[in-house]
Amino acid sequence: MDILGIPILSFLIFFPLAGAIVLLFIHKDSTIRIAALVFALVEFVVSLPLFFKFDSATAAMQFVEDWWWVEAYGISYKLGIDGISLLLVLLATFLTVLCILCSWTAITFRVKEYMISFLFLETGMIGALVALDLILFYVFWEVMLIPMCFLIGVWGNPARRIYAAIKFFLFTMAGSVLMLVAILALYFINAEATGKATFDVLELYQLGIPAGTQHWLFGAFALAFAIKVPMFPFHTWLPDAHTEAPTAGSVILAGVLLKMGTYGFIRFAIPLFPNAALDLMPLISILALIGIIYGALVSMMQPDLKRLVAFSSVSHLGYVMLGMFALNTQGVQGSIYQMLNHGISTGSLFLIVGMIYERRHTRMISDFGGISKVMPVFAVFFMIVTLSSIGLPGTNGFVGEFLILLGAFRANVVYGVLAAAGVILGAAYMLWMFQRVMFGKITNPKNEGLKDLNAREVITLIPMVALILLMGIYPKLFFNKMDASVEKFLKDFRGKVEMKADLPAPKVAEIKK
Amino acid sequence: MLEYVWLIPLFPFIGFLINGLLGKRLGKGVVSVVGPAAIGFSFLTAILIFFELIHKPPSERLFEKVIFDWIVSGSFQTVIGYQIDPLSILMVLVVTGVSFFIHVYSVGYMHDDPGFSRFFTYLNLFVFMMLNLVLANNFLLMFVGWEGVGLCSYLLIGFWYEKDSAANAGKKAFIVNRVGDFGFILGMFLLFTSLGQHGIWTLDFTEVFANANKLDTTTVTAITLLFFVGACGKSAQIPLYVWLPDAMEGPTPVSSLIHAATMVTAGVYMVARCSVLYNMAPIAMTVVAIVGVATAIYTASIGFCQTDIKKILAYSTISQLGYMFLAVGVGAYAAGIFHLMTHAFFKGLLFLGAGSVMHALSGELDIRKMGALRKKIPVTFGTFFIATLAIAGIPGLSGFFSKDEILWMAFSSDRGHFLLWLAAAVAAGMTAFYMFRALFMTFFGESRVDPHVAHHIHESPKIMTVPLMVLAFLSIVGGYVGIPHVLGGANHIHEFLAPVVGGGVEPVKGHAAFSLISEAWAAGGGAGDHTALELFLMAVSVLIALTGIGIAYFLYLKNPAMPKMLAEKWRGLYQVVSNKYYVDELYQALFVNSLKKLGMGLWKGFDELVIDGTVNGMAYLIGWLSGVMRKMQTGLVQSYAFSIILGGLILVLYYVMRGLF
Repeated sequence: MDILGIPILSFLIFFPLAGAIVLLFIHKDSTIRIAALVFALVEFVVSLPLFFKFDSATAAMQFVEDWWWVEAYGISYKLGIDGISLLLVLLATFLTVLCILCSWTAITFRVKEYMISFLFLETGMIGALVALDLILFYVFWEVMLIPMCFLIGVWGNPARRIYAAIKFFLFTMAGSVLMLVAILALYFINAEATGKATFDVLELYQLGIPAGTQHWLFGAFALAFAIKVPMFPFHTWLPDAHTEAPTAGSVILAGVLLKMGTYGFIRFAIPLFPNAALDLMPLISILALIGIIYGALVSMMQPDLKRLVAFSSVSHLGYVMLGMFALNTQGVQGSIYQMLNHGISTGSLFLIVGMIYERRHTRMISDFGGISKVMPVFAVFFMIVTLSSIGLPGTNGFVGEFLILLGAFRANVVYGVLAAAGVILGAAYMLWMFQRVMFGKITNPKNEGLKDLNAREVITLIPMVALILLMGIYPKLFFNKMDASVEKFLKDFRGKVEMKADLPAPKVAEIKK
Repeated sequence: MLEYVWLIPLFPFIGFLINGLLGKRLGKGVVSVVGPAAIGFSFLTAILIFFELIHKPPSERLFEKVIFDWIVSGSFQTVIGYQIDPLSILMVLVVTGVSFFIHVYSVGYMHDDPGFSRFFTYLNLFVFMMLNLVLANNFLLMFVGWEGVGLCSYLLIGFWYEKDSAANAGKKAFIVNRVGDFGFILGMFLLFTSLGQHGIWTLDFTEVFANANKLDTTTVTAITLLFFVGACGKSAQIPLYVWLPDAMEGPTPVSSLIHAATMVTAGVYMVARCSVLYNMAPIAMTVVAIVGVATAIYTASIGFCQTDIKKILAYSTISQLGYMFLAVGVGAYAAGIFHLMTHAFFKGLLFLGAGSVMHALSGELDIRKMGALRKKIPVTFGTFFIATLAIAGIPGLSGFFSKDEILWMAFSSDRGHFLLWLAAAVAAGMTAFYMFRALFMTFFGESRVDPHVAHHIHESPKIMTVPLMVLAFLSIVGGYVGIPHVLGGANHIHEFLAPVVGGGVEPVKGHAAFSLISEAWAAGGGAGDHTALELFLMAVSVLIALTGIGIAYFLYLKNPAMPKMLAEKWRGLYQVVSNKYYVDELYQALFVNSLKKLGMGLWKGFDELVIDGTVNGMAYLIGWLSGVMRKMQTGLVQSYAFSIILGGLILVLYYVMRGLF
């Protein structure tokens, strides 16, 4: 499929970049905003046919583009999507539009640079999601880092933005450097084994690597991704980054960038090193479980709304990881679904926090109370998003959480039980927060004159709420798209771990069920 | 008509959408029509379906309608689908019927509230969710309704969200229910995976129950106990009952509809729905029966010392729910559902009556500030009186038949026991006592009403009193569908429910306590069959109830000074009971405070100190090291020269030393 003669995935990668370049020549802030919005919208509209033209029946990569980039070293420009990346690409193009909308009045200085950063970031995100060559992926992975770091460091909260930006940068960098080493090691191992120099992931999937080596390489990939997710105990950069970032930065960070970590696991770390993944399944599951409970407990005590939501992300991403490492259909599908859900519901929460922050210039829970009275429309949106976040049936959150819990339960009963207990805490910290912000009498006179949402804000939130309900009520629409790919992912995984004779047989049988 | 089962939940949903999206613009007039009408249409549809169903032979009274596929993931396939059978249609009739009258009542009761349209939005949503709960043809959709009604309960308890107590109560209800839901969800997982081991991947009721015999007893016991945890949450049984008394913060029609007549009975419905599973797990059934009867006695005792009329009714509701669990726990599912129905009538009525009293007394809830209201608000009094008689188990009213059947089954079923009967009979006496205490203090004796309030006392408008009268009528005649055979009745409700829950457990003569007493009875000249025994026990329970009423009469009408004296005399005991045995305080300390402390400790102690401490520590270390290293590169030629000389000296020294040794 071509757009203006350019294959669609390449178009999606480079259109935002082209937009960013065009913005360089515009000088008026208001025009820049509109132009950026138009670029983001066009990008989103162009990405929609992916969903409708996507063939759900096959697990093969679709919309593939494959050219040499540096032929001498086997580096290719290879793109493609399957049922796993499709929905994440759409999430990225969708959230970028909302991010630009919600920055309309919040960003008042260096608007041009801000919008350019955002579009540049979009290029990085889409690129990383569709790249099927490890070097290409790594390039886009790093490309994402730079604009995000600027978004925090330049447009963040003056008090600690530099600390947060550097912390974000260093944590992520530390992981990705190791990943680069592992990529190169993988390349040489493959070259030695097959005599073929390639960074093509699909080819590298076929490689049989000795278990001992797998552990090292998996470790390096897993560390990079675990920091990005972030998994306990690598999560401490997240609350700082979220708290200091501007609203849109938090939305895109929670919505898409964190998913790069979980996506990395499912696209690279697990299929490339299945035996290591299987061996480390207990470790990762336990870290995920700690993340679920720990994130919830710490979240409960946060006095700052954004920090609260940030820690809730640690908990939610714990579910995603737990489901993925259940390595059965329900767990993995729930995990992918929960990636989308988290993008939407936590993204919405950040939008919502941003909206009251813009009015009151504080994020402290204790500064609020009784807001429902003065902002009834806002209250409805906030309530629906809160319910989605605590996984109430009828919202998207339930579908993902339920499948993850079921998958985890099937993989290991204890995991299932502990994770289900986390659901109770989830309700506790969200509802307590909601109560302190929205209910009670207005005690702070500054809250009395708050204006309810304006049209732009309502337009920003309506698509989110619509998705929350649609994904909760008719999930089949989305599961259809990922079914074949997830089945293939699991089949390949089982095939590979079974092939290795050094694994005890019952363990394999166990995960098959 | 069966094909149109989806209309039943659809009407309230439409009502919800209209009231929710357009309510403010349409105004009170439209909302007050749309709200009740939505439920009315559901009720009519349900009646039509009911008649179609009873025209079929009992074995064919099952109809399923799949609406669409819901969560589909590998072997896990669920649908949004509805099921009509005797149990679900009976529940639907009770839910929509009682809801309709409570909606009508609410039009009057909530008339001056600024949140009028919001109220009906939530109320319609509640009915929609409740109907999903009872009509679901699979566990997962039932769970959707289950959590959905919990949400509406949360929203409605906290309806007056500006009151902190209301907001707190709503949150508490939600979280305690989540604890129960934790059990429910694990029960579903265990059921799903264990059936899956036999190649049957399903959560569909019909398929699950048809294949339940493939499961072993241990598994079924675990599954049913987990489900019962869910039931304890929703139906407020020990140890998860604590949310329901607080839930009285909600508007009174909500207490009536959600926290008495419908939602809180969902747990009983669930156990009855799963009767096939429970029958396979005797231990689980015993647990259900004991928790039920313990809750019945325990909360009845709390009811003794409460002075808030709604709180008394709340504890009474918990106690009556305990009765229903006792029934289903001894295998008398039909008796449990029967009591569920009559309770919906008389307890719904009691709450509406309390609302009407509050309406008359400008919101007063304290029965110590009431008294002598019977002449001033006669309709409220009359209907309240009927309901009180019904709940006390006075023969001829609905409560008598259903309660007596439970007592009899607690004694005679093969899972019954004399002690269960005794405890339940005592609880019945206690119920009669505290209900008449409330009745006497509210409507009889001297007026203790605040003089400012006294001169506005007025009977409620027709829109409120007519629903009272309808429910009073049902509280009287509602029991006639289940007159026991021993009194010459046909017990229609048993027969009707038999295809779903079985014919009820027939009395078995081998039971120890039973045979002991019946032998004694026979030796004393009694009849050999248990007709006489049944009648005798019936008489005993009536006698116990009358005793309770008598004591209430003696203490609160004859000697109104006496209760205070008694409270003084047993001060310690009185303190403990009137403080609800300090269970709320205990839970607060055990769970809430300790979790908060843990969260705080993890945040400050681990996140900031250990993790960030390590990371920042490493940064400082590197910074310090590079600071040290930097000193070597000062750029001063002299110091470089010095270093060279120093290094040369060391080398020379080294070789000299080596040469020496």
